[in-house]
Amino acid sequence: MDREIVIEIEKLYKSFREKHILQGIDLILHRGENLGIVGKSGIGKSVLTKCIVRLIEPDAGSIRVLGTDVVSCDGEELNELRKKVGYLFQGGALYDSMSVRENLLFPVRRTQFVDRKHEPEELIERSLRSVGLLDAIDKMPSELSGGMKKRIALARTLILKPQIILYDEPTTGLDAVTSGEISELIQQIREEYQTAAIIITHDMKCARIATDTIRIMKEGIFVREGTYDELSQSQEKEIRDYFI
Amino acid sequence: MTKYHLPVKQLNLRQKLRVKEETRNFYNGIFIDLGELVIFTGNVVRQLFQPPFEHRELVKQGFLLGNKSFALVVVTGFIMGLVLTMQMNPILSDFGAQTLLPGVIAVSMVRELGPVITGLICAGKISSGIGAEIAAMRVTEQIDAMEVSGTRPLSYVVASRVMATTIVVPVLVIFADAFSLLGAFLAVNIFEDTSTTLFMNRAFSMLGFIDLFPATLKTVLFGFFIGLIGSYKGYTAGRGTESVGLSANSAVVASSLTIFVIDLIFVLITSIL
Repeated sequence: MDREIVIEIEKLYKSFREKHILQGIDLILHRGENLGIVGKSGIGKSVLTKCIVRLIEPDAGSIRVLGTDVVSCDGEELNELRKKVGYLFQGGALYDSMSVRENLLFPVRRTQFVDRKHEPEELIERSLRSVGLLDAIDKMPSELSGGMKKRIALARTLILKPQIILYDEPTTGLDAVTSGEISELIQQIREEYQTAAIIITHDMKCARIATDTIRIMKEGIFVREGTYDELSQSQEKEIRDYFI
Repeated sequence: MTKYHLPVKQLNLRQKLRVKEETRNFYNGIFIDLGELVIFTGNVVRQLFQPPFEHRELVKQGFLLGNKSFALVVVTGFIMGLVLTMQMNPILSDFGAQTLLPGVIAVSMVRELGPVITGLICAGKISSGIGAEIAAMRVTEQIDAMEVSGTRPLSYVVASRVMATTIVVPVLVIFADAFSLLGAFLAVNIFEDTSTTLFMNRAFSMLGFIDLFPATLKTVLFGFFIGLIGSYKGYTAGRGTESVGLSANSAVVASSLTIFVIDLIFVLITSIL
């Protein structure tokens, strides 16, 4: 049975002055799929995910997320859509003037998120338990390590029960053990929350553990697609080099 | 803009074209900035009326911003009153108009010096602080994180601060005026023994509605623009860490200039009335 398409991108272009970053990207993401995007730094991977939630306005092309045209939708519609799409930033982007509890409560309160089964406090505890950091509930972001910040940021993303999660280099700057744990966590989250995800990564261990398929990005377009095993054993040295 | 040390005549064609291009970009930049500020203002004003209202954040920001500038405003007001009195006393004495001194000080402080000096202090302390804080939130992607979760940062981060400065700055001006009168009272007592009642009677006898109303209205506008410009500079900051400093700096410059422009407009209007 064909799975539902949750993200559909056609001929996406984005330039910054004379620098052409995205040059006709096409992408389809299905419900429950974890798609990895690999490529050199500065090639436009983060620009692509930011276009999906319209943090960056694309120059041309179409982006449909959960059936909504992201490029043409108005402010309210975009806000409603964004509540269904979680985004994990490279540095976590925790609100540093708020405790962990307040960080998690903030999106619930501001979006007036209603869960019939759980009170906000229960939602916070459930999200923190999902990332294994219930003990950190009263800490401030400055008291947390890099790995803990990413986990808390993930918990904050999960609290609104998104249908899609965009991970922007979830394991960057973490030691091998912690990045392995985060990669496992991404898999667990897919099973627990039934999410689809785009995972931008340079960490091949993360790509192996957390993704179903991987796309390699080069010069603003995808040049190859396949599973970790297919791409890492490719006949082309240039492709294999990404997996060293 | 790049600085060219050679006289314009000695620049080659390419350099001249570059100077022309940069000059055009600089002036275009000012108009683009102004246009963006107008749109930003419209968005912020709209957010002020959209729930959920952030009462707690408003009170927190009001307390923080007011508390941060209170001591400086009060000391400056006191010194201004003291100095102004000591400077004006000999001049008025020459004309035998010493009894007018409390009234002159009161009118000049309430109408002009109190609001403008407090406004400039707040531009330096509050506007730059807001600019740097929001720019740091932009650099660390906290604003982006709010945007992508649909939590409307313009309402939470900006509208609450703009509202807070709109309330706090007029209150600070009242304190500055009060302490300037206290300073003036002490200075008057250096020259002659004057009772508090007599001083206050003379001071307030020269103050009318036409002094108080425009002065209050202009401080409300000062507060609004101090918060707005600081927030705008922070909100539109670049991605690098240097943009935090730049935002703070340009917030001070732009809000100080805005204070003078608003003041000029009010002086023109009140002089016509």
